[in-house]
Amino acid sequence: MSDIASRVKAIIVEKLGVDENEVTPEASFTNDLGADSLDTVELIMEFEKEFNVAIPDDQAENISTVGQAITYLEKNVN
Amino acid sequence: MELKRVVVTGLGALTPIGNSVPEYWEGLINGVSGAAPITHFDASKFKTQFACEVKGFDPHKYMDRKEARKVDPFVQYAIASTDEAVKDANLDFEKLNRNRIGVIWGAGIGGLTTFTEEVANYVKGDGTPRFNPFFIPKMLIDIAPGHISMRYGLHGPNFSAVSACASATNAMIDAFTYIRLGRADVIITGGSEATVNEAGIGGFNAMHALSTRNDDPSTASRPFDKDRDGFVSGEGSGAIILESLEHALARGAKIYAEVVGGGMSADAHHITASHPEGLGAKLSMEMAVKDAELDFTDIDYINLHGTSTPVGDLSEPKAILGLFGEHAYKMNLSSTKSMTGHLLGAAGAVETIASILAVQNDIVPPTINHFTDDPEIDSKLNFTFNKAQKRVVNVALSNTFGFGGHNASIIVKKYKA
Repeated sequence: MSDIASRVKAIIVEKLGVDENEVTPEASFTNDLGADSLDTVELIMEFEKEFNVAIPDDQAENISTVGQAITYLEKNVN
Repeated sequence: MELKRVVVTGLGALTPIGNSVPEYWEGLINGVSGAAPITHFDASKFKTQFACEVKGFDPHKYMDRKEARKVDPFVQYAIASTDEAVKDANLDFEKLNRNRIGVIWGAGIGGLTTFTEEVANYVKGDGTPRFNPFFIPKMLIDIAPGHISMRYGLHGPNFSAVSACASATNAMIDAFTYIRLGRADVIITGGSEATVNEAGIGGFNAMHALSTRNDDPSTASRPFDKDRDGFVSGEGSGAIILESLEHALARGAKIYAEVVGGGMSADAHHITASHPEGLGAKLSMEMAVKDAELDFTDIDYINLHGTSTPVGDLSEPKAILGLFGEHAYKMNLSSTKSMTGHLLGAAGAVETIASILAVQNDIVPPTINHFTDDPEIDSKLNFTFNKAQKRVVNVALSNTFGFGGHNASIIVKKYKA
């Protein structure tokens, strides 16, 4: 697992209070990991802080699974 | 329409002198002070460096990590005391009509810790707003009854009462009124507060409202003593289950006491100072006694607002003497804030619990830390100084007064079929 992937996973475990095994690439924040809309906003903000990037709202809307978050960050984090 | 009788069927308390009702009562009748140096933040630059904090509280006993993170401490406290009260009342919500069960909760300030942290983060940044999405729903006062309703699936009346340090009493009077009118069968009521933080201590310090007796915190809260120098900040929560008598009897509930009257008034005088002659306090107590259809001579014990401020402690005894006349000398009076500190919006809840337990046990908790009589206060009044007193307590009244000039009084009585 890449460094980014493991950091993303750690944030999700921490913020959503879920088990690490549940945080698979296909897992949806809302459908599988019990997040509501506010949790999702908070996750995006945590990713921004952790990786020092700004994720525009229109991009954030497309990040709804663990895998999508990792892919986006791998592309956009230097 | 005939008003329904309302009884107390469950209690929960999280206080600076005990984290459950039995521990709280034990502290009260033994005259324990909850004051100690502040641990919640570094208070070394503050004029007041001590408070009555809740000790050894573990939110994870009541909620998972995820939930605890999304609520301010004042909501964590509310959930903890409610958990105790619901269990104590033996409420099995699955078997009850949850549309007829409400939550009416008081807090004076609400999520001040959350507010402080979020605004401080913003100010520390470069001006880009990066507020947490849970900021607003963590901070709002009414989120406390909201969370309690979600926890148990209760669809009855749900809101907060806000009247500074009278908040919980106003909440309880509202709950009492709605059950009396038949709008609900059961209401979880009370209040919570958690403002032992930089803004809370700094803000009250700026008003010269707090004691600065840093060299001796445990004697700092000394209501009605000549050398009192301000109140001691407290925090915590009290939860009370109010229920219509018929509903309580139908499910075989244990009954602590009956709530028989509530009174409310405004001083219409000053933002923070009480009326010098206790005008509003008198009106509030008078309304409560009349609402209860009692005589003034029926009141055995008054749990006083008595915060230990130089000015505030003068007006309440005047109000009592003015209203009760000679009977004032026959009652027991006490300020349990001498032990718990001032729980602000939660004060009415924990003090009404003290009054309910006084009625149940025929013991009056004391006003501790009395050293010197104040010549400006009638020394023939019995403030139950320093030691609890045994006496039959058929009827107790609890007073709370809040910034803004709000006064609220509630009366509890031994339950008789």
